[in-house]
Amino acid sequence: MCGIVGIYLKNKKYNSQLGKFLTGMMNNMATRGPDSAGFAIYSSEKKKKYKYSVCSNTDQVKEISKKLSKHVKDIKVKSISDHLIIETAMKPKKFIEILKNHEELSLVGYGSCIEIFKQVGNPKDVVKNFSLEKFSGSHAIGHTRMATESAITTDGSHPYSTGEDECLVHNGSLSNHNNLRRSLLKKGIEIKSMNDTEVAAGYISNGLSDKKSLKETLLDGLKDLDGFYTFISGTKNGMAIVRDEIACKPAVVAETKDYVAIASEFQAMAHLPNVNSAKIFEPEPGKVYSWGK
Amino acid sequence: MNLNLKKESLRKVNETLQSIDRKSNKKIFKISNPDGNHAICAGLKDEIEVTIDGHTGYYCAGMNMNANIIVNGNVGTGVAENMMSGTVHVKGNASQSAGATAHGGTLIIDGDTSSRCGISMKGIDIIVKGSVGHMSAFMAQSGNLVICGDAGDALGDSIYEANIFIKGKVKSLGADCEEKKMNKKDQNILRSLLKKASINESEIKNFKMYGSARKLYNFNIDNVSEY
Repeated sequence: MCGIVGIYLKNKKYNSQLGKFLTGMMNNMATRGPDSAGFAIYSSEKKKKYKYSVCSNTDQVKEISKKLSKHVKDIKVKSISDHLIIETAMKPKKFIEILKNHEELSLVGYGSCIEIFKQVGNPKDVVKNFSLEKFSGSHAIGHTRMATESAITTDGSHPYSTGEDECLVHNGSLSNHNNLRRSLLKKGIEIKSMNDTEVAAGYISNGLSDKKSLKETLLDGLKDLDGFYTFISGTKNGMAIVRDEIACKPAVVAETKDYVAIASEFQAMAHLPNVNSAKIFEPEPGKVYSWGK
Repeated sequence: MNLNLKKESLRKVNETLQSIDRKSNKKIFKISNPDGNHAICAGLKDEIEVTIDGHTGYYCAGMNMNANIIVNGNVGTGVAENMMSGTVHVKGNASQSAGATAHGGTLIIDGDTSSRCGISMKGIDIIVKGSVGHMSAFMAQSGNLVICGDAGDALGDSIYEANIFIKGKVKSLGADCEEKKMNKKDQNILRSLLKKASINESEIKNFKMYGSARKLYNFNIDNVSEY
């Protein structure tokens, strides 16, 4: 089943409430996916700085900072539940190589404005553990998982991020992910798990690195990705949604002058300001909708 | 009687509506703050009138019998699914599978519906003032589906003996669905349905009718190599 949600704020006055809005959306989608949950928050870009979201299997943050600072100058580590947000000017290629030497750390996402958090457990607990309510930013994407394609682990949780400031959440299942995984691995796209959604995220990263737009990539995906899906994909500039041609997997969009909200079910956004006077519609099958700068 | 879903639980509200004292005169109810909850007004069986002010979730008015339910908003998947009798009037849009498998009663939707409207319908009358999505009237067995707007792909796929009346464009027809000539009897059916939905009767001439070509009813020996 799974629940997916996304919100893009058009009006900056709501930026400080982004986390609060997403918390309500995730809590209301807990019924669709009680196994694990995760979310990606986009906040303003810090020039020449990168944020690395890392799931750590240790609580020794100080030691990790020390270890890493041997290799990296000017490093800032913030710890939230079992995640670390590591901020540094070091470029991804180099830093990811360094992270690979630390088995207790697994990278879940990176970029100049994205932060990703995911954890096994009921979404209502997960959002509490990460204090999602306190986050601010311009847009955010969330997922509540009912596991089908791979194990209930943090690795198997959404959102998936296979490129800088990219993320993807998915409601559905893909049937040709093994073949696609092989061809993407050959192209140098890094895919860590056996999960189908991570392959779709890799597919999008590959498209974007070929200088295609997100919209073009998702349209190509209608031909290349076989299975059932509603995807919400996030980038630095905004978010997009696409449903497969059969459109079994639900999605509702509510748009006001202040924000755009997407959810699997309307009840996920019933708490948003002025939602009852929003323009509410269901995305048509095989059509890409996107919002952003 | 006002029922506020912010103050009372959904189960309590549904229980109240499902156990009406037939001797009492309380016949008119109002539900506020539906907030997209599922199964609002499911399983009602008395001749009462319920107005829901706002958007509802899945299976709103499912299995309805006798009740007259009005939704001042949009409805989620499966509105009036398996309805037996009564009326459900949606003032907004409906999601997938509106009126699915319903045996009787009338479902009126002022806006559009998404895919599979009237899937496997078994006697219900559905009147959609807007357009319907793909695979509408899939395996529809009996009853009438009136569409004032357009229809998406594969309209009436594998249809049995239900009628489809449509004013707008059909993107494509499903297997075994074909245009039929409308006779007097059909026109009378359409007239009464338009009247129910307060649509001008003179519109009849703009509608086309579709139904089953009945070619899938029996096994065709020419297709034996397909199996």
